[in-house]
This record gives sequence, structure tokens and C-alpha cells, in this order.
Amino acid sequence: MTAVPRAEQAVATQRRRAASPRWGRIGVHLTLVVLMVIWLLPTIGLLVNSLRSSGDIASSGWWTSLFPPTGLTLDNYSAVIQQGGLGDAFVNSLFITIPATIIPIFVAAFAAYAFSWMNFPGRNLLFVAVVGLLVVPLQTTFIPILQGFGQLGIAGDFLTVWLAHTGYGLPFAIYLLRNFMGSLPREVFESAYIDGASPVTAFIRLALPMSIPAIAALAIFQFLFIWNDLLVALIYLGAVRPENLPMTVVIANLVNSQGGGWELLGPAAFLSMALPLVVFFSLQRYFVRGITGGAVKG
Amino acid sequence: MDGRLITAIVVLVGVPGALLGYIYLTEILLKFAPERARPRLRPWLWMLPALLFLFLFLIFPTILTILRSFQGALEGTFVGLDNYVWFFTSGDALISLRNSALWVVFLTIIAVGLGLLVAVLVDRVRYESFAKSVIFVPLAISMTAAGVIWRFMFDYQSPGQPQTGTLNGILSVFGLGPVSFLQVDTLALNTIFLIVVMAWMWTGFAMVILSAALKGISTELLEAGRVDGATEWQVFRGIVFPLLLPTVAVVSTTIVITALKAFDIVYVMTNGNFSTDVVASRMIKESFTFGNIGHGSALAVILLLAIIPIMALNISRFRAQEAIR
Amino acid sequence: MEERSSRQMKRVGVLAAALIAVAACSSGGSGAAKSVTVIGTWGGDEQKAFLEMVKPWEASTGNTVKYTGTRDINTVLTTGVASGVLPDLAGLPGPGQMAEFVKSGALKPLDSVLDVATYKSETAKALVDLGTVDGKLSGVFIKAAVKGLIWYNPKVHDYASAPPATWDDLQSQAASNKGSAKAIWCLRLGSGAASGWPGTDWIEDIVLRQAGPQVYNDWWAGKVKWTSPEIKKAFQTFVDGVVKNIADPTEAVDPTKDFSGGGDPLFTDPPGCVVFHQASFITGLGGFKGKAAGTDYNFFPFPDIDPQYAGAVEGAGDLFGMFHDTDAAKSLMKYLVTKDAQDIWVKIGGALSANKNATSYPDDISKRSADLLTNAKTFAFDASDLMPKAMNDAFWTAMLSVTKDPSSIDSTLSKLDEVQKTAYAS
Repeated sequence: MTAVPRAEQAVATQRRRAASPRWGRIGVHLTLVVLMVIWLLPTIGLLVNSLRSSGDIASSGWWTSLFPPTGLTLDNYSAVIQQGGLGDAFVNSLFITIPATIIPIFVAAFAAYAFSWMNFPGRNLLFVAVVGLLVVPLQTTFIPILQGFGQLGIAGDFLTVWLAHTGYGLPFAIYLLRNFMGSLPREVFESAYIDGASPVTAFIRLALPMSIPAIAALAIFQFLFIWNDLLVALIYLGAVRPENLPMTVVIANLVNSQGGGWELLGPAAFLSMALPLVVFFSLQRYFVRGITGGAVKG
Repeated sequence: MDGRLITAIVVLVGVPGALLGYIYLTEILLKFAPERARPRLRPWLWMLPALLFLFLFLIFPTILTILRSFQGALEGTFVGLDNYVWFFTSGDALISLRNSALWVVFLTIIAVGLGLLVAVLVDRVRYESFAKSVIFVPLAISMTAAGVIWRFMFDYQSPGQPQTGTLNGILSVFGLGPVSFLQVDTLALNTIFLIVVMAWMWTGFAMVILSAALKGISTELLEAGRVDGATEWQVFRGIVFPLLLPTVAVVSTTIVITALKAFDIVYVMTNGNFSTDVVASRMIKESFTFGNIGHGSALAVILLLAIIPIMALNISRFRAQEAIR
Repeated sequence: MEERSSRQMKRVGVLAAALIAVAACSSGGSGAAKSVTVIGTWGGDEQKAFLEMVKPWEASTGNTVKYTGTRDINTVLTTGVASGVLPDLAGLPGPGQMAEFVKSGALKPLDSVLDVATYKSETAKALVDLGTVDGKLSGVFIKAAVKGLIWYNPKVHDYASAPPATWDDLQSQAASNKGSAKAIWCLRLGSGAASGWPGTDWIEDIVLRQAGPQVYNDWWAGKVKWTSPEIKKAFQTFVDGVVKNIADPTEAVDPTKDFSGGGDPLFTDPPGCVVFHQASFITGLGGFKGKAAGTDYNFFPFPDIDPQYAGAVEGAGDLFGMFHDTDAAKSLMKYLVTKDAQDIWVKIGGALSANKNATSYPDDISKRSADLLTNAKTFAFDASDLMPKAMNDAFWTAMLSVTKDPSSIDSTLSKLDEVQKTAYAS
């Protein structure tokens, strides 16, 4: 498999840019900038408010703090950090999220490969049934699964959330990977088989590497969903091993039962979204043209 | 030594190793099978881990849910279709069904439409990474935080008071408002505002997947179109969009289902008041707040049934995809 | 391709090493001491106070308390009871659910756990009764609150010398002291997923004093219809006396406006309102937080309406029960209701104790609210907390409807009657 060399690709991109009519390019920039402003505005509001006292937040708009006197303070951030337990919870979040991201990717990749490149009766129907499981509300699964974990004596262990998140994440993972693997060019696999490659070799040498963008996208989403999950962790870990609970539970509980302390949610949100953003940035480099087999087909 | 350390090593090294080992093992096992049976057995071995997980964590509980939907609040009391009759005859059923339909239509149109737009447009600018990150940020925000963020957006202060909500702040610049956004139930506008919150979060999802697919389209194909003198729009309609279509379908299906299941935003922001209730939020409420798991299960089954048409569309699409590849 | 995958392997290696390093740093060796898992709804400052409260017990027994606070406690307990995976001790959503948990055998009786004689002598009978199912003590109140206090800013007008004795007196005093304020009453019903509840307290306070404890008890038990004259009259009293005298009904019911900031207009200049109805815990919230009790704010109790029911007080509390009867759990449960334990939380502030002998309140205001609770001639527990959850939820929503549109009382009440027909069935 050969990708289009980068240099050639860059030339192609340049040529395309030059070819666009000027007014069209202005439209592109304008649309993007407007969308970016709309998308950032709510978050900027939270960011500014996270730096203000609860009294200020209640009495004037966040934008008033953009001009002096700003009255900005780091009090809310230090209050969140002093609350304690966040460090342990951060480690727990990592312990929950990383394995629960890796396992379903492998399991889904095997199934997706079978669904896209192996023939068996009832394939499409089975596949659609798998995708249809996306609609199952997780809350309806809690009771029987927790019962099972309890009987096995593993309730509260990290293992339970790894397994559960794998199960819950598979329908989407299989859907996404099958769609991508299914669009890979048939010739690649045919020539590999002619060269005597086994399905395992074809999968590991061809299908997996060519699916890197889809796997990267999947890894990002699975990571995010689990990182931001509160309920699954609370149900499977909370009753027996609260010391295993992730950041989301600790953060939600910065607020007391009457809603007091809500001004701490903003700072906590920024602390907790830092890592998912790092994951996104570091995986974003896999979304570049030419990394997949798309080039081969053309 | 800390038990967690050992676990970490086992999981990070052991699990991928074990899973890959399993796939190699299947080939060894297949050697013992008669040659003609191998192609028929192989897919099942490859799917086995996934099917096991799916059965234990989703299929088995769903079967229980379906059975439970024919029982009353107390487990074991068979009530036939009572739970379904209850829902369709309760006064608020129509409102929550209507709202769920609005969620499906508008969330999908907004998130997929804007996601596609951004994915296509960022492909042509130098600040691609930055622009994509900006659209992606809301997805990294937890529901708890999203609720707080949008309370600041929709915040309302009585007329004459300085406005503290971003949207009312903008309106007041033009001498308009203040509007209590979540109370406007004419034309179900408040439901639309709640959908906007979700769309703000999920557009990034559509964009990331569509953008990844876009990068898979060969440059030569596009260049060929341009050399033939096609305009950018014609290239998009004639070459790019058809190739993206399978991915658009994947993203749309996922977002339709997300819309059906969405309840957190409704629950956190209005608790279904002011005619903003949806089927999913009623399901959660019935099961866990009111303790009527029979009602809740029936609502879950209604959600399951609602996706059958979309799944049927998916089947016909796969057939088409396989015919052309 | 080879090169790329080997680079990826390296990256995975680095990631693994990092994770292992993190794990190594955050050791937390579990000793031989026993631990008790506790789940409650308390978060933030309440969580701190609770953990402070159990410290002496931990020190004397060598055991540890593992506490989780969450607003999703309904889901945790519903799934927990159905699946058998439960914490040792937990806050319970309400007496109704408690009774169900007892029937299913999940909740353990406390008769042999607590020093029952002392507990009964130190706790209001109404609260003891609420925690009793089929003659067995199954739940205790760890924390309490007084509902229906009327808060004001003494710098605007000090009601301390002649607190309003009757509802009419309150109406006329507040009206004559309105001065430059925008409205007489402050009112905010927003509270996230529980929006509307501050309004239910209003109706309950009125029913209790206007129609009396008998009607009140029959009403929450589902034996009095919502459209009955007594309940309708209470709604009408609320609308005429309060809703018509607030600055902006839209703001009062807005989902973005939390009840905790509802009393903030008392402190502005000119004031937005002069009187504010809220429970004792408001002192830890919104604009009250950080202000001086007694000088910046003060309260008088909800006045009597019908003299024959004088001296009635409404209260609420956090019910607590035991799911596992391990020795450590029993010992903690026994400790939590004692005067010594309760005094710790009470001293930190923000909560009242259900224990009459816990009196270490930090200021005069909390002491006075606690006295109301212990000296009440008639003590009534929060009616909406006693209703089935479906009824309670509909009641919340109804308060938003009538506040937004006072002319909708009749239609709202008949809707509540519809819910009443089914909600009590299960």
C-alpha cells in the first residue's frame, strides 16, 4: 500500500486554493469565523464567569468583566482544588477510561472486519441488529448487570466498568469501523489473498493500518464518553467501592443538596476537560489526507 | 505493591495482546475444521467476543426490559398491555411524542448539516486544526457543565434589570427582550432552544467523523473533476457528496438515536416543565423517580420500536454499498 | 507502514509507563480496619460537615467511612435494591420509598441497633413515627430543617419587636413597610430538576394553618382531593396574597433562576422586595451566605391563619437507613444519632438537628429555628415529601403553572386530581 507522497499532496492543495474564486474564499472564511464565534461564545461565558464571584455572576453579565474593573479572581479555582479528592478521582478517571477505550476498539475491529469482508448468511440483518442496540437506554441495563457483578463478587471493581463500557460502546464502534472498513477497496484484500496472506495477516497488515482515521475518531469519542460518564461509574462502583469513583462524580458533588456552591462547577469543568482536549489534539494528526487506502483506489 | 499498578500493567499490555492472540488462535483452531467449513465458521469466531459483550450487556437486559414492560409497578404482576395503554392515554403523551419527534428532526438536521458544512469548509483553510478544535470543544464538556453554561446563555432578568444571560444581553443591545427562553412554548420554541444546546455539543461529533471520511477521498478524483472544468459546487455534489453519503448515513443514524435517547438536557434545564418533556426523560422519571419500572420499561420499548424504520433504511444502504464496491 | 506501527507501539509504551507511574504515586494501601460505605445526597459544605461529624467515630473505632454524595441517589438505590448491591448506610429519598425498601427486606430494622429509649426521648415523636414501618424503627433523621420562615432585612424594617401574629397582620405590616421596594414578596421556584418545590412549601404552610393538621395529613395521604374547597382555598390564598404581590412572575418560575438567589433582592438598594418565605437552610445559600445573621437578615415564623390551629410548624429532614447490618455499620448508625455527633454538624452550621439535646448552634437565628422545631405544638412533616413521587412531581409542576398564570388554578387542580387517582395505587 502506498499513500500519495506528502509533497505531491501539498501541491494539490495549493493548486486547489489558487483555483477558488476570490468571493468564494471570503465566503468560506466568513462562514467559518461566524460559526467559530457562535461555538466559542457559551464556553467563553463560562470561562469568564468561572473567574468571578457568585455575587457578580448573579448581578451582572460576564461580558462586563472584560472591561476594567474586571473583578476577576481565582477563588473558585482554589476552592475546587482545596475541596480535596480531585487528585485521586483524576487517577481513577484515567484508570477507568484508558482500558475501557482500548478494549472495545479491538473487539469492535474484529467484528467490523468480519461484517465487512467475510460472507455469511444473515450478515446485514445481524449487523443492523447490532447497530440498533445503540438505542438501548443504559439505565435499563443496570439492574441485571449489577446483579451479575454482585453474584460474581466483583461489584465495585474497576473491571466492572471496563466490561460495561466495552459492552455499551460496541454498537457505535462496530458501526463506525464497519462503515470505514467496508469502504476500503476490494483489490487490496484480493491481491493480499492471492499472495497467500491469511485473514489475520490481511486484518493486521492492511485493514487496521488503513482504518487509522476511523480508529482515531473512535478512540476520541469512546475516551470522551467514558471520561464524561457519571452514571455508569456511580452505579457500578459507588455502592461498594466509592474510592474508585471518577472525577465526574466528585465534581457534581461540589454542589450541595440545595444547589449551593454551583459557582464551582465552571472551574471544575475546565479542569476536567483539559485531558480530553489533549487527546483530541494528539489524535487529530491522523485526520490527514492520504493516510488511508482511499488514494489507492483512485 | 499497589494492586492498581499490577492491574494497569495487565490491562495495558495484556488485554490488547490477549485479544490479538485470540485472533491468531482462531486461525489455529480453524485448521482443525474441515476446509469447506472454515469460511463459514471464521466470521463467527471473529465476532464472538463482540457478540458475547453485546449479549451480556445489552441484549439480555433488553429482553428483560421487554418482559418487564408487560408487568406492573411490582415485578411479577402481569398486566398485559396496560403500561402501553397508560402511556398513550395519559394527557402528556402527545406532547412528549411530539417533542421527541422534534428532537430527532432538528438535532439531526442541525448537527449533521453544520458538521458537514464545517468538515467541507475547513478542508480549504490553513487554520483547519484550530477551527475543528473550536467546534469540537463542547463535546469535551460534561453534561453537568453544559447545563451551567447554557443557564448563563438563557439566563433571564426582569425587564429593567441589567441582563446577565448572554442571549438577553445581545437582545438588549438592540433594545429587545428580555425573553425567558425556556418558557416560550409557542411553536415549541423552548424545545428548539434545548435542541440547540445538544446540537452545540454534537456538531463536533458529526464534523470529526465526516472530516475523517473526507480525507479518505482520493485527491486525484477531485483533481480530475476540476480539470474537467467543474465548479467547486459541482465537484462537491457530483463527487464528494456521493462518496461521503455512507458516512453521512452513519452519522445521521447515530444522531437520530442520540436524539431519541436525549434526556439529560431536558432533565437538568427544565425537568420537562413548560411542555418540554420527551419520551426518554419520562422513561427515566417513571423508572427511577416514581419507582414504576413497568411504565419505564414500556417507554424504553417504544424507543426501541421507533428506530425500526431507520434500521430498515440502513439495510438497503448496505446492499447498495456492497453492490458498488 | 512498518515504521509507523513501530512508532505507535512506542507511544503506547510511553502511555503505559506514564499510567504505571501515576498508579505507583497514588498508593492507598487498605489496612485491616473495617470500612462503612455511605451514600447520601449531601455535597459540598454538607459533605465536609458530615465527614467532620464521623471523625471522632473513626478515631475511636479505627474504622473508616467511605462517603459518596450524589443527586442520582434514586437511581443508585432503585438499582441497588433490585440487584442486591447496596452501600452499608444510605440517605433515603422519603418515607414512601423507605417502606418499600423495608418490605423488600433490603432495609434492616434499627430497634436493636440504636439506644431506642434515648433516641425516642431526644427526637420529636412525629419524626420517630415517620421512620417506623410496621412497628419497626427503620429510618432515622440525621438532619432537619424548619420550613416556612419569613425572612427580612432588619435594616429596611425590623419586625423583631412586633412579629406579625396573623396572616392578615403579615399582609398589612409588609404592605405598609414596602417603602421604595419594587414588590412585597420575593418568590423564586427554580431548582433544576426539582423546580417548583419552593411553591409547594407555600401551599403546605397555608393548608396546615388554614385547614388544620387533620386535613393536611389526609391531603398528603391522598384522602382529600386537590379540588376540595380547603386545598383550593389555600391555592387562592397563595395567589391573592403572594403571586399578585411579586415583581415578575416570569422571573419567579424561570428555570434559569435558582431559588437560592430568591432572597437576594432583600439586600439591594432600593430593595426588590421586603419579605421572603424560605426554609432554615437558606442562610447558607445565595446572597445570605456571607451576610451577618441577625443584623443583615432575620426571620419571623409563618403566622397563624385560623386561630384554632395556632402553633403549627412544618419541617423536613433527611432520612437515613441501614442496608447491611455489619458491626461497623451498626456502630456508625448508633453514633450518628447521638447528641455528641449531632452537635458537631450543628456547630458547623447550615443544618438543624432532629435531636432536641443537640444545641451547639453557631448563632441566634439557627438556635431560634431549632427551638421552633422542638417546641412546636403541632409538628407537620413536609407534605410533598410524604406524597408518592409521581404526585410530588406533579405538585411541583402545578406550582409553576399557577404562579405563571393564576387564572389556571381550577384546571391545574383537576389535573392534580387525575394524578392522585393513579399515584397512590402502587
